[in-house]
Amino acid sequence: MAGKVKWVTDIEKSVLINNFEKRGWIQVAENEDWNFYWMSVQTIRNVFSVETGYRLSDDQIVNHFPNHYELTRKDLMVKNIKRYRRELEKEGSPLAEKDENGKYIYLDFVPVTFMLPADYNLFVEEFRKNPSSTWIMKPCGKAQGKGIFLINKLSQIKKWSRDSKTSSFVSQSSKEAYVISLYINNPLLIGGKKFDLRLYVLVSTYRPLRCYMYKLGFCRFCTVKYTPSTSELDNMFVHLTNVAIQKHGDDYNHIHGGKWTVSNLRLYLESTRGKEVTNKLFDEIHWIIVQSLKAVAPVMNNDKHCFECYGYDIIIDDKLKPWLIEVNASPSLTSSTANDRILKYNLINDTLNIAVPNGEIPDCKWNKSPPKEVLGNYEVLYDEEMAQSDGPDRDLRSRSGQSTGTKGGRARDSGKPILTTWK
Amino acid sequence: MLDPDSGLSLTIARIVRRLQGSSLHSQLERQARVSLHKPEIKLESLKEDIKDFLKTSGWEKKLQNAVYSELNVFPSPCHPAAPPEHMKEPLAYMRKAQRPASEQKELLNKWNEMGTDEPDLSLFRPVYAPKDFLEVLMNLRNPNYENGEQPSFRNHLGLIQVPLKVKDIPELKEDFSELGLNTGQLGIDDSAQVPPEFFENEHVRVGQKVLAEQDSAAAQQYVRQGCPTALRADLWALILNISNQPEDILYYEQLKSNVIQYDLLVDSLIYKDVKLTASNDDYYFVFEDYLYQVLLCFSRDTSVLEHFTYSSATPPKSYIRGKLGIEEYAVFYPPNGVIPFHGFSMYVAPLCFLYHEPSKLYQIFREMYVRFFFRLHSISSHPSGIVSLCLLFETLLQTHLPQLFYHLREIGAQPLRISFKWMVRAFSGYLATDQLLLLWDRILGYNSLEILAVLAAAVFAFRAVNLMEVTSLAAAEAVLADLSTLKVMPLLQIFLFATVT
Repeated sequence: MAGKVKWVTDIEKSVLINNFEKRGWIQVAENEDWNFYWMSVQTIRNVFSVETGYRLSDDQIVNHFPNHYELTRKDLMVKNIKRYRRELEKEGSPLAEKDENGKYIYLDFVPVTFMLPADYNLFVEEFRKNPSSTWIMKPCGKAQGKGIFLINKLSQIKKWSRDSKTSSFVSQSSKEAYVISLYINNPLLIGGKKFDLRLYVLVSTYRPLRCYMYKLGFCRFCTVKYTPSTSELDNMFVHLTNVAIQKHGDDYNHIHGGKWTVSNLRLYLESTRGKEVTNKLFDEIHWIIVQSLKAVAPVMNNDKHCFECYGYDIIIDDKLKPWLIEVNASPSLTSSTANDRILKYNLINDTLNIAVPNGEIPDCKWNKSPPKEVLGNYEVLYDEEMAQSDGPDRDLRSRSGQSTGTKGGRARDSGKPILTTWK
Repeated sequence: MLDPDSGLSLTIARIVRRLQGSSLHSQLERQARVSLHKPEIKLESLKEDIKDFLKTSGWEKKLQNAVYSELNVFPSPCHPAAPPEHMKEPLAYMRKAQRPASEQKELLNKWNEMGTDEPDLSLFRPVYAPKDFLEVLMNLRNPNYENGEQPSFRNHLGLIQVPLKVKDIPELKEDFSELGLNTGQLGIDDSAQVPPEFFENEHVRVGQKVLAEQDSAAAQQYVRQGCPTALRADLWALILNISNQPEDILYYEQLKSNVIQYDLLVDSLIYKDVKLTASNDDYYFVFEDYLYQVLLCFSRDTSVLEHFTYSSATPPKSYIRGKLGIEEYAVFYPPNGVIPFHGFSMYVAPLCFLYHEPSKLYQIFREMYVRFFFRLHSISSHPSGIVSLCLLFETLLQTHLPQLFYHLREIGAQPLRISFKWMVRAFSGYLATDQLLLLWDRILGYNSLEILAVLAAAVFAFRAVNLMEVTSLAAAEAVLADLSTLKVMPLLQIFLFATVT
């Protein structure tokens, strides 16, 4: 074949570089002719910005969509999901069905969220309905748990009040915007500890939507036993599962890193709660991921030079209901343990096999339909094209009882989407 | 020898004695009394009617399960003239091999010296680690056994030099017939490539039926083919006859309050063990707190002392301060008579995947301990005792993989040195949890630990090619360091049923 793939990256991580090198790809500089650029989110902003941007040629691929922030910024994600739900409701879709309390039956997977300071008054109204509730404040543009805190009194967020005369909060640039969400204070606990799920989802195209779920996700445990007690609201080791936070705790262990595989979680849940509820939980997790992607698909710039590997953060409450907390555009490629390193290496490997077929110089016009042999540890989560070709009049919520759940995510040789009855 | 009839009546008498005064007994009495109000109970046929009532209301089944449980746990009675030590351990030289009283006193002295409130844990070397235990076993000899032959290749070349009877592969094939190639297994016939209609679905249906019937004996037979994950917790509880009655929960709560009220020096050993083993384990670190709870309660549970009637070991004694040696002031120390060794917490850890309710977790562990695990760290001639397991392992290896055995012996890597730690821990912490649970299914199903020795041999057989190439003990250890990817049931099946002998 013609020459080797030329790669650039501005993220100096061995799991990336080792993968490029093992394919015999050639490292080049940013200003040279490159075929593959694994870029940070700052760089993608530049590439597609009006002033500094440039056109990508047919043989160039990048690892972010231009406006990924529609999904990966906390405030925009919520905005898009709310808009998606309203649209479905308007067109009378059965997906948008509500229960007797006015809650969406199928689309209630994001905790109640408001933007601050914009929705401050709406938030106050909601807060007063339930004054003993706890809320979590998150800066829109930050990651790794930075700047997050919990509140249970209105006085703690006086600063964000729009009418506040004492507000020295002059600059309302998007960087300082916060979202405030109802805190899930009844998380499912295992061994008395709170955990969340990190799942990797690869999107190769938004229209038609084609996405893959990495089978080897993991749970991140807090090192300290969970308590909803108000005296511990400030203790981030109890509440925030980010490894960036937990690894500074006294009890952090570098052998297992406080991580469990998803298959451990499944074994535990099946053994203690039963198979049906466990299958239902995992089905719902797949469902909410696909719905979140569908919600942003209409506004995404479906640039054919792009693919993206997202880090989904999900929390399960004690009623076994999954909640979407956020989506990360640049999931951490740092390895906290040996197992971690292997997992992330394989993640990048499988991602590259799908995004850059055969490891050859890419042509962005290809149909983005990799053969099932190259999927590795990915499995098809949703393939809009295939789903539509199966016939448009299938009932939306009818799923066969034996979905992939029964096999715990082991390989489905058919390569068909996991839940083919979704449209 | 004992004639069968008097043997049977002895057994019946023993079981009746044990069940008399138990809570089941009082419940049955209460049920019988309550039934008197029922219209179908007539005065003329009182006895028959009550018996029928107990049958239909499921109480007869509960009694059956209790009797079955007793039969499983207690050995058959010996000759009436035999002293009680014989029930614990019939072989004299085995009895003599128990930890001597002098050593026990020495341990107590060490503890008395470290009387500070918060002892520095680094001073507590584990009381014994599997390696030390292996040294003791290697030195066991039967003084009556005269092996007149010159040492030759036909002798036993392993580390264990006592002539206990162990099974060979034909006998094992018979005992473990349900693991054969023509019988469906969980761990083999439920893999992704096999459609569930072939075996899995039906097996699950049968399992649900067994649970509905609440029949211990049927459950024990059923789990030989493996437990479906969703049914395992209930099936094991049924086999171990654990029903988590209010009085059981109360007993556990009482143990918990004992933990809070007073410390035992043994607690430090438990903390250290958990921190060194389970806390570093990829699967079990999550349950660290549960392990402390269970083990701290366990060491205070005097009901565990009962198992010493059929265990070869004897609980160590401690004496009230100032009264050393005076029997009236002796107490068992720790209260349950069991000193935890390095890795002890790994017996509990896998159970945390099945039982998230602490009192049930506790009872299941306690029952597993007094039925099975105690045999793995006490010296006895029992076929499930660790000595027999070691001998079984070595014999299987020497007989069926002689080339490998001799090679490893030549390079100073006696196979038992590597496999001993697997068997002492019942493979906990070495296998992936789902595989371990499939293995423990069979321990419960066959009421025997022999499968541990067979699996150990099967692992060596599986890695034989690599092992033949190593030239040192360290290299052999490296080949066998990581068992986390092994699939237990195919290994066992191939070793027992598909290897050309």
